[in-house]
Parts: sequence; structure tokens; C-alpha cells
Amino acid sequence: MLKLRDGIVELYRKVATSLPPDVEDALKAACVSEKKGSNARHALEIILENIRIARETARPICQDTGVPVFYVKTPIGLSQIELEKTIIEATRIATEKVPLRPNAVDIITDKNTGDNTGMGFPVIYFREVPDSTLSIDLMLKGSGCENVGQTYKLPKEELKADRDLDGVRKCVLDAVYRAQGRGCPPYTIGVGIGVAKDQVTRLAKEQLMRRLTDTNNIEVLFKLEKRLLKEINTLGIGPIGFGGKTTALGVKIGVNHRHPASYFVDISVCCWANRRGRLIW
Amino acid sequence: MVEKQVTGFGSQVSGKKAKIINLPLSKKDVTGLNVGDVVLINGMIVTGRDKIHKFLFYERPSKKDIPFNLSGTVFYHCGPIVKKSDSGYKIIASGPTTSIRVETYEHRIISSYGIRGIMGKGGMCERTLDAMKKNGCVYFHTIGGAAAYLADRVKRVVDVWKLEEFGVPEAMWLLEVENFPAIVTMDAHGRSLHSDIVEKSGLALKKLINK
Repeated sequence: MLKLRDGIVELYRKVATSLPPDVEDALKAACVSEKKGSNARHALEIILENIRIARETARPICQDTGVPVFYVKTPIGLSQIELEKTIIEATRIATEKVPLRPNAVDIITDKNTGDNTGMGFPVIYFREVPDSTLSIDLMLKGSGCENVGQTYKLPKEELKADRDLDGVRKCVLDAVYRAQGRGCPPYTIGVGIGVAKDQVTRLAKEQLMRRLTDTNNIEVLFKLEKRLLKEINTLGIGPIGFGGKTTALGVKIGVNHRHPASYFVDISVCCWANRRGRLIW
Repeated sequence: MVEKQVTGFGSQVSGKKAKIINLPLSKKDVTGLNVGDVVLINGMIVTGRDKIHKFLFYERPSKKDIPFNLSGTVFYHCGPIVKKSDSGYKIIASGPTTSIRVETYEHRIISSYGIRGIMGKGGMCERTLDAMKKNGCVYFHTIGGAAAYLADRVKRVVDVWKLEEFGVPEAMWLLEVENFPAIVTMDAHGRSLHSDIVEKSGLALKKLINK
């Protein structure tokens, strides 16, 4: 698995130092839509210049190289134990080589492990698929935006939010309002709806792996995503929270079935530096 | 303070007039700054995030116990990526971290150590704003996530304090910066762009919820 290990180190480098084209395109479009001479435009110009410098000098876009989250699809028969070992080894090497900022802190001793590995760090989700290829998706999730995420239980009276999709819409708007500019907007918003707290949180974050340009194949959700993006952008929080038209670049919603007694909604917020990438093996 | 046109964002020019800040700042300099001012900062700044704030707040080291002169300087909320080589330390990436996490501590740190500028992202709340008004200090909001761009505006790493104890991101780094860009979002007159935006977005939210 030595070659695969080096492949994962390269995946780390790519994800930490460059943005997916759909995200960069959306930021460019946002920049020209903001008024010339405004603080919003000033911020987006620096952001775009930063993206260029980071790519050209192969340096991390943001000093917070975040929590690495892996979504791994394994073909039948491939050992997940071996794969996990390889990912952890690659994480140690990437921390030194890219470099990534060491972010894994021991809860008991408060010491930083120095290599981005530790208990439950990085986060790895496996799924076996009836396929012959191994696919490894990596997200580097900054913690400024992780901290502004929210979980809601419907109904929620303060928001006049009932147990329906309009109630979900109100939760998403409230979450973005609460986030203000603290998580580095323009944001990508992942929404997960379903039966249990742990399940919706994971589902919401998984939505952030979708391209901004994709379309939800459930018509009702497709419409809700479009409506929410439009509404969020009337809040006036703007790039970096300086005020302006672009508070979000995209909204992505995923659903699971729920229990008659429960209606959980989780909102995972991602900063403008939506760093994700895929390795096919 | 001189004004000059901001240039240097590749082919794009934002067309804003920037105030050039040369550190250290006096109380008088600070009162001349207003919410919305675009600035370019030059001189010595120090970094500090969660652990340094907690330490300064609870341990209350005296000025002579701190190896750097904090008076008149900018305290930057940042946990950088740093590379060590034979010729010393080099900053690889150094964008801001979220300031609100140190709201509990900042008011007393401003008044105890004579800091004239807090720099970070996301802004801060009432207690800090009050301390800024009382002591003469402003909040410089820089660009979250623009870590490579901002690292290129660090001329050199002068020194570091508490590296062993707190680790690389949490140590206090003394940096010399040149044309480091920021926008004043909280000033020494008690004004805050952040509370304006909270208010306006709150009204917009109400409308959308009642739709």
C-alpha cells in the first residue's frame, strides 16, 4: 500500500493548496457582482489573489488546514483495517511535507500530537460498494466554520418552524443569521434532515462534498436549495461579514426517513475555502 | 497617517484609499481611525490565540515578564503554519482565527498591556468594544482564509514566546509585517460594523420567516 499512501499524501497537498474549479468560479462571479470599491469586493479580490498564490506556490490556502474528513468507498474484499493504517500514515507524512498545521489536541492532557493523528482524528467513514475501484474523498474542514454549525429539533416555536420543509427553510436561515461573518463567508451550506442527531450531522456534512453546479435529483429539494440560496443572499452579511450580496455560494440538502416523533435538521457550514478532492485507485 | 491608493491585487484594483499604519500606535492615532477605514499595517505585531489569552488573563504576567513590548502594538488572533530551517523560522500561512472565542479575556488584556489594535476575523462584542473606547484601541478585521496572501506580508519572524509550552499555533510570535491589509470594523468611538450587520440581517431574517 506504499503507492497508495503516496497518492493520499498528494491528495492532501492538492486539497490543502487549491480549490475545486466550481468553487473558484463561484467566487469569481461573486466578486464582479459586488459593488466596485466596496469592502465586500475588496475582500473577494484578496481571496481570489490568495487562491492564485496558494496554487502557484503550493502553500495551504488557509493556515487552518482543518480536520481531515475521509469518505472512502471500498470494493468488496479490500481490508478497511489496512486502509485505515495507510490513511493515518499518509496523514503524518502530509503534515510534515505539505505542510499542514498540526491540529489534533488531546482532550485529557491538552497537548497537540503534532502530526494530525489521534483518537478519531482524522475522521474516516467507510462504505463498501459493489465496484472494482477504490474511491477516496477528502474534505479539509476548517474549524471556524465548523463552530458555527447548528442542530435543530422541529417544531421550533421561536422560528414559527413546523415539522415540514418550510420549517427546515426557517432553521437554515436562522443558522446563517447566527453564524454572521464568523465562519468566513461566502458559505456553502450543507443540510441534513432525518431521524437521529448523529445521522443528520453526518448527512449535512456529506452534502458539502457535492459540486456547487450539481442538481438535486429530488425536485422539491432542488427548488428549496435554489430558494434558500436566494434568501440567504438577502441577509446582507456578505463576504467575510463586511456586508454585501454574497453570503452563500450554494445550499445542498440531503434527506433520510424520520421517526414519527422526531424531526432533526442539521446545518453544516463551510467557509469560502471549500476544500475537497477525490482519489480514484 | 498617509493615504494611498490600494493596488497590488494582481490585475484587479479595488480603488479604495488606504490609510498607512506605522506601529506602534498612539492613543491619538487610534482615535483618528473609523469603522470602514481600509488600512495597510507596517511594523511589529504579536500573535496570540486561545491559550495565550487564557494565560494573560489568569496569570496576569507583568509587562517585564513578557519578552516583547505590547504597548501600542497590534495583537493578531492567528495560529500560523511555521517552518523551521537553519536560517530561522518562516511563516508559510498566517490568516486570522475567529476572535469571538477570546471575548471573555480581551477587555482586560487591552487595558493591562496598552494594546492599540486587536486583529482577527468575525469581530467581537460589547465588553471588548467598551474596553476599546475606554483605552483607545480598534479592531482590525483582516481577510479570513487568505493565509498565503497574508503570509507574504510578513517580512520576518523576529522572535517567539511560549513555543515549548503552547505549541506552534498557540505560541506568541513577534512578526514584522509590511502592507498588511485590514478594515477597521470596531473603533475607539464605540462604533461596530458587526452590530450594524447583526441588526440589519435580523430584520431581513424576520421578514423571511414571516413569509
